[in-house]
Amino acid sequence: MENRSIVSIADYSREKIQYLLDMAAEFERKPNRTILQGKVVATLFFEPSTRTRLSFETAANRLGARVIGFADPKITSGTKGETLKDTIKMVSNYADVIVMRHKLEGAALYASEVTNVPIINAGDGSNLHPSQTMLDLYSIYKTQGTLENLNIYMVGDLKYGRTVHSLLMSMRPYNPTFHFIAPKELEMPEEYKEYCKEKGIKYIEQQDFTEDTIADADILYMTRVQKERFSDLMEYERVKDAYILRADMLGKCRDNMKILHPLPRVNEIEYDVDDSKHAYYFQQAQNGLYAREALICDVLGITLDEIKNEK
Amino acid sequence: MKNKDLLVAALQNGSVIDHIPTDKLFTIARLLELEKFVEPVTIGNNLESSKMGKKGLIKVSGKFFTDQELSRLAVVCPNMQLTVIRDYEVVEKREIALPARLVNVVKCANPVCITNNEPMKTIFEVDKLKGLVQCHYCGKTQKIGKINLL
Repeated sequence: MENRSIVSIADYSREKIQYLLDMAAEFERKPNRTILQGKVVATLFFEPSTRTRLSFETAANRLGARVIGFADPKITSGTKGETLKDTIKMVSNYADVIVMRHKLEGAALYASEVTNVPIINAGDGSNLHPSQTMLDLYSIYKTQGTLENLNIYMVGDLKYGRTVHSLLMSMRPYNPTFHFIAPKELEMPEEYKEYCKEKGIKYIEQQDFTEDTIADADILYMTRVQKERFSDLMEYERVKDAYILRADMLGKCRDNMKILHPLPRVNEIEYDVDDSKHAYYFQQAQNGLYAREALICDVLGITLDEIKNEK
Repeated sequence: MKNKDLLVAALQNGSVIDHIPTDKLFTIARLLELEKFVEPVTIGNNLESSKMGKKGLIKVSGKFFTDQELSRLAVVCPNMQLTVIRDYEVVEKREIALPARLVNVVKCANPVCITNNEPMKTIFEVDKLKGLVQCHYCGKTQKIGKINLL
């Protein structure tokens, strides 16, 4: 049987991404269905992530599936020394699809190699998080009407932020122009800049984050600047307030500009931004539900036509 | 050159690893775990070489290396030469090339890679042009000269 697991979407074609976006849109039109009735979805969270787990479990429930799993690794046999392989093999006997989150990088790919049950990677360490990327793409597509030729500004922690890395790679087919706005210590890693050069993706690096520097953005993708990421705490103190978005910085921005954030936020977006028409991060999280409904159906081999024609 | 020919010709059955850089000879000897061999082993270093100036050479009787064993050597030192001898005849002579994919040879340098925390084989894709290997699981790259072997 072909393994339909989704470990990464970084190398997905334009057609495949469009297909998943169309599927997500279909679920947004009608989120509650019975197309997964009789199916069991396992959510194995070897690392806790309440937000992602609730989103996946809601997606499964709204499509009529039943959900099994664990939310906390402390209650699993892993603590007794069971290997990941054994846990996956065991759960494969029960579930039709396994959604898994793990703190170790490459865990989801390895899991997909030891079972025929499709795996959905719900985050493996700081490596990949394809369902977040899918909901980011869907949010961009929905708010801009296209993924083509956009100015995407990424702000904050571009070094450790896996969501910005995944998004960067997934935008490859769409001729984006990236602006990387980050403190020196958290700038976009060399390997991703190299990736941009290899793929002919335009990017500009800057450290200033002001009303003027974001005026041409179509998408402002904010991330957290976390204290623990800094080796030099003096440097942290110097830059910690430099990457905070305030409502008074939105005066010159484009009408279509939307602010995205993978959430949770701490202080990098002031609360006065929430009421702006540009704020989109809460709807973005809601889009995650539709994106995850689409991913679960796709790994189970359920097509867009079948979803549309469901009675 | 005459000496080398003699050494090779003197083997009835076995393998010769030639064109070893002199500073890598003992690393290669250690990797091959020559101390465990019971049949005759000859190790030469600082031998004259028309290609390399000086070189090392290892000759082992009754031993035919697997691709897995040779992959380990190639990671440490590319472009060595293998000669296989059966019944005094050279039956194979080739460069010990780095394969496109290394299975269970390299240890991932990323401590939070699944391969360092689960009993499993490592897999690395080799990019000879860039001189890098990339972990199939976590995606981290390492320079070929700085690799830790399993």
